[in-house]
Amino acid sequence: MSDRDHYYHQHDLARFSEIDRGAPELARKFFDWYGAVFAEGALSMREKALIALAVAHAIQCPYCIDAYAKDALEKGSNVDQMTEAMHVAAAIRGGSSLVHGVQMLNHVDELGM
Amino acid sequence: MGRVLPTLHTRGAPLARGDAQRARLAEVALPRTFGSALDSTGLFPLRPTTLDTLQINLGKRCNQTCRHCHVDAGPDRSESMPRAVLEACLAFLERAGIPTLDVTGGAPELHPDFREIITRARALGVHVIHRCNLTAVLLPNYSDIPELLAACRVEVIASLPYYRARETDAQRGDGVFQESLVGLRRLNALGYGMGTGLVLNLVTNPVGTYLPGNQTALERDWKRELRRRYDIHFDHLYAITNMPISRFLAFLEERGRTEEYLTRLVNAYNPAAATRVMCRTLLSVGWDGTLYDCDFNQMLDLPVAARAPCTIFDAGVEALAAREIAIGPHCFGCTAGAGSSCGGAVA
Repeated sequence: MSDRDHYYHQHDLARFSEIDRGAPELARKFFDWYGAVFAEGALSMREKALIALAVAHAIQCPYCIDAYAKDALEKGSNVDQMTEAMHVAAAIRGGSSLVHGVQMLNHVDELGM
Repeated sequence: MGRVLPTLHTRGAPLARGDAQRARLAEVALPRTFGSALDSTGLFPLRPTTLDTLQINLGKRCNQTCRHCHVDAGPDRSESMPRAVLEACLAFLERAGIPTLDVTGGAPELHPDFREIITRARALGVHVIHRCNLTAVLLPNYSDIPELLAACRVEVIASLPYYRARETDAQRGDGVFQESLVGLRRLNALGYGMGTGLVLNLVTNPVGTYLPGNQTALERDWKRELRRRYDIHFDHLYAITNMPISRFLAFLEERGRTEEYLTRLVNAYNPAAATRVMCRTLLSVGWDGTLYDCDFNQMLDLPVAARAPCTIFDAGVEALAAREIAIGPHCFGCTAGAGSSCGGAVA
């Protein structure tokens, strides 16, 4: 089975920088900004890695989960902290679905007798 | 996960031998050699700067069998520095005027002459570093060691994989974390790590096949967590990269991740770290008196260059200063990211 039979390949993560093949100036701006975002600031690099890991699960990006599982460990987080971050993402996703239930109820109220 | 794992030596594993490890590392296809990386930094051939530390490995005996141990140390190992080698080390220390003696192993305090080595080195006016695993002193007949260290004002560098039991025990064996807390509390009670001038530094290695993070940030987290959870205090945290040597190399091989890990080290090459690798300022002595550029080369049976004095018995500062430092693919472990040394990050 060739690589092209799948949309996702682990080794493609390391090729991320190749997106500068087109519009290189935009890529440069993105990577500069990306680097600045994850620098130590009001939040620590460890906290930012946990946020990134949680978002990676929310958007279900396998590249990001790969990268930020490793990054969170390297920044000193443990599996309990990483799992709690993942639950935060899952809770917001689940809650986001459920809170729309109010819209459903609005429709029910409008349509019903 | 059992409490005590068999060493590669006891298992008769091929990677118990340094030449077998070097052969395995040499066959891994990497983006570039360590020599070419140094060359790009203007450091090839790598040479010493000023010899400021004599690191003596007292032997391979240890009460723990950590899964990442580059020494392949364990309770079943019997290699121990003989008296004649010890005397030659102390004589060289004095003759060469080296300011620091770094005592490692194995668990160095299990050596029968450990107390004497510490005492005599301090009497020479030398700064002494003792590398410990925090639990050897809980064994019968070793409980006096912490008091001796304090009396001699020895700097303690204690290895602890993580500030929780799960990760620590995964690397060191069941129950080791709780015993390590006992060792830490004993050192704190003596004033170590409490701002009294008795220095207690901790060393962490990643509990897996990833690289250590920013040492300053990790230290801040560790200080907070150890104080909050256990009221334990220390001075500095050293974050050290797991070296693809001995048991960690065997671990990589079992996971099929040797090439991936080495490639990661190569890609993380940091020229600033390369200028400050510890082998430029340190001389390593094996339990049998053989000289090495570092403890890692020692475990790979890669002694100092052939034209340099090869044992502590014929060691001379000038001849050693002129040597080329022996290198290999494993050296990328000391130059990855912020670098890694016996004193943690270097860049």
